[in-house]
Amino acid sequence: MSAAIELKPVPQQIHTISLFVNNVPGVLVRVALVFSRRGFNIESLVVSPGAEGRFSRMTVTCSGEPEVLEQIIKQLAKLVDVVHAVDHTGDSAYETEIALIKIEAPLAERTEILQVAEHFKSRVVDYGSESMILQAYGSSEKLDALISLLRPYSIAELVRSGKLLMARGKSAT
Amino acid sequence: MDSRGNILDTQEESDQKLPTGGEKIIQCLEREGVEYVFGLSGGAIMPLFDALVDSKIQLVLTRHEQGATHMADGYARATGRPGVVLVTSGPGATNTVTGLLTALMDSAPVVVLTGQTITSMLGKDAFQEADVTGITYPVVKHSYLIKNAADIPRIIREAFHVATSGRPGPVLVDIPKDIGQGPCDAPFCDEIDLPGYEVATRGAPEAIAETARLLRAAKRPLLYVGQGAVISGAGKAITTLAEKLRAPVVTTLLGKGAVDETHPLHLGMMGMHGTAYANKAVAGCDLIMSIGGRWDDRITGRLSDFCTGAVKIHVDIDPAEFNKIIRPDVSILGDARLVVEDLLPQIEMADTADWLEQCDKWRRLYPLKYSKQGGLRAQHVLDRLDALTQGEAIITTDVGQHQMWAAQFCRSRSNRHWISSGGAGTMGFGFPAAIGAQFGNPDKKVWAVVGDGGFQMTLSELATAFIHKLPVNVLIINNNFLGMIRQWQEMFYENRLSGSDLEGNPDFVKLAQAYGVKALRIRRPADADRILREAHEHDGPCVVVAEVVKEDNVFPMIPAGASVSEMLIEKPKHALAKPSGST
Ligand SMILES: Cc1ncc(C[n+]2csc(CCOP(=O)(O)OP(=O)(O)O)c2C)c(N)n1
Repeated sequence: MSAAIELKPVPQQIHTISLFVNNVPGVLVRVALVFSRRGFNIESLVVSPGAEGRFSRMTVTCSGEPEVLEQIIKQLAKLVDVVHAVDHTGDSAYETEIALIKIEAPLAERTEILQVAEHFKSRVVDYGSESMILQAYGSSEKLDALISLLRPYSIAELVRSGKLLMARGKSAT
Repeated sequence: MDSRGNILDTQEESDQKLPTGGEKIIQCLEREGVEYVFGLSGGAIMPLFDALVDSKIQLVLTRHEQGATHMADGYARATGRPGVVLVTSGPGATNTVTGLLTALMDSAPVVVLTGQTITSMLGKDAFQEADVTGITYPVVKHSYLIKNAADIPRIIREAFHVATSGRPGPVLVDIPKDIGQGPCDAPFCDEIDLPGYEVATRGAPEAIAETARLLRAAKRPLLYVGQGAVISGAGKAITTLAEKLRAPVVTTLLGKGAVDETHPLHLGMMGMHGTAYANKAVAGCDLIMSIGGRWDDRITGRLSDFCTGAVKIHVDIDPAEFNKIIRPDVSILGDARLVVEDLLPQIEMADTADWLEQCDKWRRLYPLKYSKQGGLRAQHVLDRLDALTQGEAIITTDVGQHQMWAAQFCRSRSNRHWISSGGAGTMGFGFPAAIGAQFGNPDKKVWAVVGDGGFQMTLSELATAFIHKLPVNVLIINNNFLGMIRQWQEMFYENRLSGSDLEGNPDFVKLAQAYGVKALRIRRPADADRILREAHEHDGPCVVVAEVVKEDNVFPMIPAGASVSEMLIEKPKHALAKPSGST
């Protein structure tokens, strides 16, 4: 009998990191390289202008062990073009995401789809004879649930914004 | 003519003539206090080379851009001032990549200015276009692509500020040819506005107080000194700290020279090829305090066995180093010198007599040694070089066995007198770094200790040394092997030699002479003193070829990924398992 080896699962948590960066060429690559050098996959990434044009905001979600993430955040913060980097995992931050879902369903099948859509407070933003587009927003988990309910109705295309996040109260994002 | 087409009188015209972007950049370099630029020209960088004609900055024309980058690095490490490189686009720029990595890994302030195709051709595969900022992102501290001549003064100021402050490192500035050639009317810029860039200075008082408390409680304290101590000039403060604490000092390969290695409390270099007594002290201490070291894997070996049970304190100017390799009990973010100076008043004379006695016992039991028989040994030559130079000379090394022997036998007495490629381990570094160090220190003697393998990677810089009549000396430890590789093959690969024999080496004496450089040869141990002295006293470059025994090994050795308990003091009688460490 071979010895039983106990495999401890490595804690893999989804982390949400927000970065406040200089709005200059190359900053996205510099940030991405901190992840890719360790073979880390970025799950989602949102880049948008900050309140002042000179800065941009990035929200990154990725999974990995906490120690490695700690190092990644420090290395991000060290980049000259990164003003600050904050891991919001576990914070009570407000989070939201938008999804556009194109469904190719014949008109006859749509009643059920529309019911699901309504339940999730999503809107129909395009309605054609062969396909329709739903727009939904909410927490990433809520969107995951909606999408899995819609899977049986052949989702033709899916576009998600990636997670948007803002710290509540006086704490900085 | 002015913009409305009026003819201006010539006096007025020359008053109003704007500098070109290239001229502006060179003026900015002058304002930064640059004395030398190391480089090699090409189409895209010609506006800057042209501007150098009228500048007091001296151009050092190298034979290869890698050489230029290592020269700037050697200049920077020897002087503490930034080294500047000027090269063309495409291949000129890519030839600096190894030098950038070398400087980044060892925190050397180097500013590399690269030519680039004209802005309208960027991204269109223009002649000698390369995405140089893209290629170099992972090997620079920061970089810029100048798209607008008005940004020149700000970018050059920022580049020097970033390269030299905090944890220093290389900064690259990519300059399209039209920016270098076109006019620039931007005023000089002195202000720095980098909201994302903070430089730590003094350590937090609580962390310093806690460190003082732990140091007072320690029975067997040990100070581990790294490159950060060299950069910040912390050596004097560390020596005082060691004397007050009566704590032994060990250094990393790059920390050599921060504290005088002949000081009775100094146990020499730690790590893979460190002295046995330094490593025994590391294993035996109850408190280890890193001052500007980063717990490199060549230092710690197997982490699970490293200083288990000892209190760990980590002083670093780079917060990203904390918790990277080890989790210290206390970390102090700050400049090494300032932190140690702030710590000193809180330290009382400690009684560590037993601990120091133990360290001295190790020192007596396991001295560095080598066989005096069987021909000329590298260790003997380096021992004699140490006796000759007495720590007065700047010693640079290449990478391999000779580097480790030099680290063991050439005891560094003062800061910035020991220059070696540690983090990157770049063969080809030693000789050009010595040239750079010599430019920065015209009154000092500089010796490059190199292997026959690595020297051949950048030896064309003999021409640079010759033209500038630099009194730089090169000591080639010629074993006709890639010696360090052969050692590993012998020890860990059943002596199955694979690509380590340098059969076909040239006669290095004749080679040097072909460049017009004086060259001498040491064949017998008894000749070492006389020949080294002759080279030392020669006014101009001199190459000394030491024809050493071919198959010698560096000991002590802690195999990569092993612990101090597995340290080999001498050649093992049995075969060894392949090392598990990083390389
Ligand atoms: C650019 C580069 N290529 C390869 C290596 C791997 N390497 C480390 S030591 C060594 C052998 C060096 O031989 P030599 O310069 O003759 O010095 P020796 O070890 O014989 O003193 C090699 C190939 C390296 N460090 N750098």
